[in-house]
Amino acid sequence: MLNVGWLLTTNSQQLIPDQVYTMKLKGRAWKFGDDISTDLIAPGRLFHLRTNLPGLAKHVLEDADPDFAKKVKPGDFVVAGRNFGLGSSREHAAAIIKIAGVGAVLAQSVARIFYRNAINVGLPVLICDTSQMDAGDELEVDVGAGKIKNLTKGAVVETKPLPKAMLNILEDGGLVEHFKKHGGFKLD
Amino acid sequence: MGKTVSEKILSAKSGQDAHAGDIVIAKVDVVMAQDGTGPLTVQKLEELGVEKLPNPRRTVFFIDHAAPSPRKELSNAHRILREFAKRAGAQLSEAGEGVCHQRLLESHVKPGDIVVGADSHTCTSGALGAFATGMGSTDVAIAMASGKTWFRVPETLKMEITGQLPYGVYAKDVILHIIGLIGSDGATYKALEFTGDTVRAMSMSDRFTLCNMAVEAGAKTGLVESDEVTRAFLKERERTWDFEEIKSDEDAEYERSIQINVSGLEPLVATPHMVDNIKPVSKVEGTSIDQVFIGTCTNGRIEDLRVAANILKGNRCHPKVRLLVCPASKGVYLQALDEGLIEVFIEMGGVVLNPGCGACVGVHQGILADGEVCLATQNRNFRGRMGNPEGFIYLASPATAAASAIEGKITDPREYL
Repeated sequence: MLNVGWLLTTNSQQLIPDQVYTMKLKGRAWKFGDDISTDLIAPGRLFHLRTNLPGLAKHVLEDADPDFAKKVKPGDFVVAGRNFGLGSSREHAAAIIKIAGVGAVLAQSVARIFYRNAINVGLPVLICDTSQMDAGDELEVDVGAGKIKNLTKGAVVETKPLPKAMLNILEDGGLVEHFKKHGGFKLD
Repeated sequence: MGKTVSEKILSAKSGQDAHAGDIVIAKVDVVMAQDGTGPLTVQKLEELGVEKLPNPRRTVFFIDHAAPSPRKELSNAHRILREFAKRAGAQLSEAGEGVCHQRLLESHVKPGDIVVGADSHTCTSGALGAFATGMGSTDVAIAMASGKTWFRVPETLKMEITGQLPYGVYAKDVILHIIGLIGSDGATYKALEFTGDTVRAMSMSDRFTLCNMAVEAGAKTGLVESDEVTRAFLKERERTWDFEEIKSDEDAEYERSIQINVSGLEPLVATPHMVDNIKPVSKVEGTSIDQVFIGTCTNGRIEDLRVAANILKGNRCHPKVRLLVCPASKGVYLQALDEGLIEVFIEMGGVVLNPGCGACVGVHQGILADGEVCLATQNRNFRGRMGNPEGFIYLASPATAAASAIEGKITDPREYL
């Protein structure tokens, strides 16, 4: 067994949700626009914090909304427009959104690598119509069913649930746990 | 039913008759991570209890994003990679050897391979007729540990590029045009297959530039069929035996075919802060600049440095412009020295950086001041990309970058050719 843990101040355990997929998540919406890049989520100028994810998480989305990292509450939602998470492959972007306590990311569309990374670290992502959701709206999200209730506005948004392969990984708490549990991929 | 290049490679490596939309588990040939993503990959391997890798000779760690290390935290991150590579018998590419994608295409990737890398521009190697794609640290850890990963077989957009490139217009302008056309999410989850007379006539260097930026349109990968140009490229690097012909079938099914005639194309520029904010150089000509950066996995090859040096030779860098030049690998650097190109850059006032990614990613080497403007040959101009969210980045070809360095403002390179 290789020992590198001494240099890394977090481990996957901190990223695993508590059966988040079966739960109805409830929290406030933080609204972001289109094209929120990984440079806005986890900027290159903080490259040296990549081996200190809790330290990096204090700056999550800072360049898109300077208040977010300071004021986000556990269970809140990142609600965005098109093409969320475009750019770099840095998994740290998804990991620090999770560490900041965000329950799920809801977006009109999501860039491919970010989508896979989020599921791999146990951060639910729902691709849905976010146009009627505003900052501060109280939302109730059923990840498994793909259903979002806007309690503030009394509206319901339904979307396709995650593909089975990704739901399996999310249900197991992320890709490392999935792999340990099944000894390989269990995609169907 | 015929197959696209992606479907052929994914079928061969999964042992299934793979078509767009299928989910397959496929063998991966080359797996890599770099110093920004690799420490997390090593951590995941440790959590998995992995002591032995199935394919250590084709598992590569690159120290290129913060190299040589500008701070102690990154020195420690580098040590994680060095120690793991040594214990696991994996390959390590040290500081100065080059940008991961350039090193992969020079020495590691061959046609027909599946390449998985913890870096979004892994798609660059697709120009060799490989299926190469970026993933995160955990996906890459699993691929390193098991020799496999899962894929959703992508639909393919066929980009049929025809016509002679006008004087002063390069592969970089072609891919900027395509991204402007389809948008930064125009190919999300899909493969871009670049074909047509123009692509067949392009050098490998130009094909790498096209595939490198496929991800800027959201694509999973960019690909070019392997042909005689590919064969000659491998032969030059004493890799003749790595050649294999990979072509799509005549009756392959594409989601869409997009015809692009480049014979009327102008030099283009991506303007802040999005890669799909494309404008002809004539529309932004005269924009004052503070820094010019020539290099990266997009445009740091010997062909790019030759174009830039030809324009710069006998001129001086504008006094208010800082010129940074970064050859993409040690091999490129040595060849540029041999050809006298490095001398040109230094004599005209440039700073030549060791091969690496630091300036482009905003880690070190050339971070912009508040309000400063950089014209760069890299692939991204997102806010904050070059280390300062108050900076402004324009993207262009090496020719446009070189001409602009002389003038101190964005300049049409055709005036200098």
